[in-house]
Formats: sequence, C-alpha cells, structure tokens
Amino acid sequence: MTFTAEKLKEVAEIVSRYPEGKHKSSLIPVLHLAQREFGGWLSAETMDYVASLLKLEPIEVYEVATFYSMYNLKPVGKHLFEVCQTGPCMLNGSDDIIKYIYERLGIKPGETTADGLFTLKTVECLGACGYAPMLQLGDHYREHLTKEKVDALIEECSKQTAAQN
Amino acid sequence: MGRKLLLDKAHVEGIRSFEVYRREGGYRSVEKALKTMSPDQVTEEVKKSGLRGRGGAGFPTGMKWGFLAKPEGVPRYLVVNADESEPGTFKDRYLMEFIPHLLIEGIITSSYALGSKCSYIYIRGEYAWIVGILEQAIAEAKNNGFLGKNILGSGFDCEIYIQRGAGAYICGEETALLESLEGKRGNPRIKPPFPAVKGLWNCPTVVNNVETIAAVVPIINDGGEEYAKIGIGKSTGTKLISACGNIKKQGVYEIEMNISVEEFIFSDEYCGGIANGRQLKACIPGGSSVPILPANLLLKTAKGESRMMTYEGLADGGFQTGSMMGSGGFIVMDDRQCVVRHTYTLARFYRHESCGQCSPCREGTGWMEKILLNLETGKGKMSDIDLLWDIQRRIEGNTICPLGDAAAWPVAAAIRHFRDEFEWHVTNPDDAQRRNYGLANYGAAMSAG
Ligand SMILES: Cc1cc2nc3c(=O)[nH]c(=O)nc-3n(C[C@H](O)[C@H](O)[C@H](O)COP(=O)(O)O)c2cc1C
Ligand code: SF4
Ligand code: FES
Repeated sequence: MTFTAEKLKEVAEIVSRYPEGKHKSSLIPVLHLAQREFGGWLSAETMDYVASLLKLEPIEVYEVATFYSMYNLKPVGKHLFEVCQTGPCMLNGSDDIIKYIYERLGIKPGETTADGLFTLKTVECLGACGYAPMLQLGDHYREHLTKEKVDALIEECSKQTAAQN
Repeated sequence: MGRKLLLDKAHVEGIRSFEVYRREGGYRSVEKALKTMSPDQVTEEVKKSGLRGRGGAGFPTGMKWGFLAKPEGVPRYLVVNADESEPGTFKDRYLMEFIPHLLIEGIITSSYALGSKCSYIYIRGEYAWIVGILEQAIAEAKNNGFLGKNILGSGFDCEIYIQRGAGAYICGEETALLESLEGKRGNPRIKPPFPAVKGLWNCPTVVNNVETIAAVVPIINDGGEEYAKIGIGKSTGTKLISACGNIKKQGVYEIEMNISVEEFIFSDEYCGGIANGRQLKACIPGGSSVPILPANLLLKTAKGESRMMTYEGLADGGFQTGSMMGSGGFIVMDDRQCVVRHTYTLARFYRHESCGQCSPCREGTGWMEKILLNLETGKGKMSDIDLLWDIQRRIEGNTICPLGDAAAWPVAAAIRHFRDEFEWHVTNPDDAQRRNYGLANYGAAMSAG
C-alpha cells in the first residue's frame, strides 16, 4: 500500500504548512486523503501506512481515526448518503426523508445495500439547517430534499456507477 | 432597510474573485492598517468598536487581543474558528461561500495587529467545497501582494493555511480546536493556561470566529467609533443571524442590533412570518445550546417590554425568562412542533458530541437522551421529568468545558417552560407513540400575536 507520487507531493505540501517538528498536525488532512485513496474507509493497514509515512506511532493514528465522525472504520457503499437528523432539520421533515430512503433502498441507517452501492447514515447537524432537509454526498450537500429529489439522486448515482462499469 | 457591513457586497456578480472584490473597495483595511497604523492602533480601534465575539460567548474582541502574551522570540498565532457546528448555525458558511475575500482580508488585518505571521483557518470537515473557494481567494490575495513576504512594502510577512476538521462539534471549543489542529483528538484542555498565553504548540494564540474577524474590516475602514454607533448599548454593530425552522424565509440575515425579535420574525425584510399559515409556538434564538423560549416570552420580556435582538435583550430575565444571543442560530418552531421531540434530538446531539473526558457530561448526556426518548415515545414516567431536571443540574458547571452546560441548558429550559407538554407525553402514551401531539398546539394560546 502506498500513495501515488502525485499524492505524496500533496502530503509533502500539507506537512509544509506547519513549523519544523510539528508535522503531526498533518495527520487529520492526510487521513482524509488516505480514506479517499484507499476505498472510502480506513482499514488498520491504511492507518499503519499513514503512521509510517508521517513517522507517528500507530496508536496516535488510531486515536484520531476513532474520534472523528467523518472517518469510516468499516467499508461503506460507493454512494454514502449522510442525512442530517438534528432538531432544525427535523422541524422541516428529515424524519420523512430518512424513512423514504429506507423504503426506497431497503436499508436502515448504518446499513449498505447488498450490491454495495448505497450506504445510509444519519448524522448530526451539518450547518445547513436553513436548507433542510438535507444530506451530504461526498464533498457536496444536497438540500431542500423532497421525495422526488431523493428519487432523482438515487437515479443519478446508479447512472454514474453504470457509466463507470 | 438595515445597514449591512459584511454582506452588503455579497451579491455583487463575481464578488468571489479578487478583481471584483478589490474594485468594490476590498483590501482597503489592509492598506490602511499596514501603511498608516501600528499593530496596537489596530487593536485600539477594535476595542473602541465594542465588537464582541460572534462565535457564541460574546467576549469583547479588543480585550481578548489585549491579553495576548508577547514574549520575545516566540511566534504568535491567529486561528480562525470556522468549525460552525452548533445546530441552527450556518452563517459563517454563508460568509465564506459568498464573500470569501472578506474573511481573508479580515485575517490579514487582524494578523498584523496580533503579530501572527502564520494564521490558520480551522474549518469543519464537511464544508469540503468551501475549502476550494477559500484556497482560491488566498492564492489570489497572494498573487496580488496582500499575502506572503513584505506585504505592501510594510515589512510584515503573513501566510494563511486552511485546516479541515473531520467531524466533531467539540472542535469548535477553542482548546479542543487547538488540540485538533495539533493532530490529536479534540479533547478540551483545562484552563488556565488560556490560549492567549499557551495556545497552538504552546505559543500565544488568539482564536476568533469567522464573523468576528470579518467585522474587523469595516471597523478599520470606518473607525471603531463609527462601528460603535450602530446598535444598542454594549451590542454594537451588525450581527449575522441564521434563521431556520418554520418561517417563511429561512436564510442568513445581517441585522443592525437595534431591531425587535417581533420585527425580525414577522417583517418581510427578514423571516417573513411563520410558514404555512401556522402560529409561532417557541424559538431557540441563539443556537441549540441556549434556552428555548415560548412565544410570549420571546416577543416580550417578563417586564412586558418588546424583546430586542441584542445580547442584552435576548438575555433579559436571565435563564428564568430569557435566553441568549449565542451564535445567532435562530430556530423557530410552529404550533405543530413537539418540544419534547425537539429536545430529544438535541440531547442525542450532545451525547454524540461529548468528548467523554468528564463523567457528568459523558454519562449525563447519555441518560438525558435515553429518558427523553422514553418520554417522547410514550414510555416515560412522571418521575422521569424530575430525574431529567436533576441530571441537567448536576452536569451544569461541573465539567472541563462548556459543552456540559450547553447540553444541560436546553433540557432545563424545555422543562421550565413546557412542563405540561412533558407531562402530556406521560399521561397520553398512545398518542405520544403515534406522534399525535395533541398538546403541541398549546403554545398558540400563549402567542402574543
Ligand atoms: C462546545 C463548544 C462549541 C463551540 N463551537 C464553536 C464554533 O463552531 N464556532 C465558533 O466560532 N466558536 C465556537 N465555540 C466558542 C469558542 O470556544 C470560542 O469562544 C470562539 O471561537 C471565540 O471566538 P469569538 O470570541 O470571536 O467568538 C464553541 C464553544 C463550545 C464550548
Ligand atoms: S464537558 Fe463534555 S465535551 Fe467538554 S471536556 Fe467534558 S466530556 Fe468533553
Ligand atoms: S440541523 Fe440539519 S443541518 Fe443543522
């Protein structure tokens, strides 16, 4: 397991943002890179690789990886639907949206479809309360969700996967 | 129309680019500060402005800057808090997304005042697309000589770096943020020492909210005294309010701190009233951590005066009959909404976000969540309400960081003002289970309307 030369350059750039000897600060950004590069989750192997790359003890990496909610410690589907369920979103119908996704895909929060395409996860406030209900998909938010928009989103993801195969 | 100091240019076509931003008068504060003022004079203007921290605590910014230790030969840091994770709050996102150069300009001017040659923006990890917007703005500022070495020939060097978090509300607490920026778990530190003395990598550090730093730009451009003329008393200037819930027009509004809550909710310039022809039941006016208020106490203080959208106005009456400005996350509930259910989601949020260091917070948030879920689903007992009260009381004030208080206050206020709604869930378990909130309408009767 290793990053490509291009990603290694990115790691070096990240490390250069901190003073001499403070390279541990690069751990959180580098874990983001690693999760993206190595299958969308952080396996023990991936964490050990990051530890050796940044010259940290493996435990320093595990401690951090297990603290932050954006790191997946188990494999997830190709498309991860992270639906906000906190109060302000609830006031505008997030419960119904979560239920609808469950009905459409047959997965409860925390589960992945049998074909490995979709994972449903409930998350806490993502700073989009005024655009509720909402979900995060990759690096972007999908806001003002309706059942129709959820349908379109599932379609969009399925097409994208089909195009890649 | 209220005056806008931060968002007045946010909708100018192309304002995200350096060229347009500069044409609209951007980066004047950097020129003025670096060419005509000493760092201490910049701090002095911020003191005069009366600006208070916009992250939630409302601490006077100039005073905070004045506390920064300046030992010889030790670097100092400005860290901008863009973690924005308090439910109901989405104002910093708006500012960064639509007018990113305003934040970058504010950081350069503030870094000059504080002597920070290397400043960091710590942004919540989920705001991934905003990182690209800010990086672009930083690169443009650098290409135009406003960042890097010897800015505008002043001899001042400054770099700005962005650090993305990875999902943790607690990293908005300033010492947890510093731990996270050092590459560790976001466990808050015991204070003292305060960051102003020992912050990032043990060096003197100022942590300020995005909106606070952006407000430095108009303060330097127009002078602190001019800024202080806006608002009422110690609530000077403008404030960004992110309004959400059951209102007609959700969104981010910049208000002068001299309008009433009633005007903010019902006038067309702001929220436009309650959506779907419903009635106002309750509101959490400053982000999920501050006390909820029923409609009558929201619109009028206990003394019967019109409640104002200022730090003092929202806090009028203390925790008995008032609330707080907090982060400006304004959550409005209509008469269909269930306070027990809403409070349950907040308790779940705090349990999820507790870092686990202090037993009262770690255990207490879990208990509160469980009891509230039982009540919400019709499985609660009358004694649970008193138990909840007891638990929140034991958390408050007994923890390392204020997350414990933040978890306790919403529960306390919900019971204080909506006890009969909690009791209804016990006496009507079947209806509660079916989420048929018979009593949810009772707030309407109290509406000052
Ligand atoms: C649990 C918790 C979460 C916080 N989250 C944020 C946040 O997301 N953004 C923020 O600016 N301040 C947040 N704060 C407040 C910061 O600790 C700190 O007071 C603030 O960044 C100081 O900046 P200001 O003086 O400009 O407001 C939080 C505090 C606590 C206790
Ligand atoms: S109060 Fe809660 S979040 Fe804050 S340090 Fe203690 S356990 Fe952690
Ligand atoms: S409550 Fe869902 S984004 Fe804030």
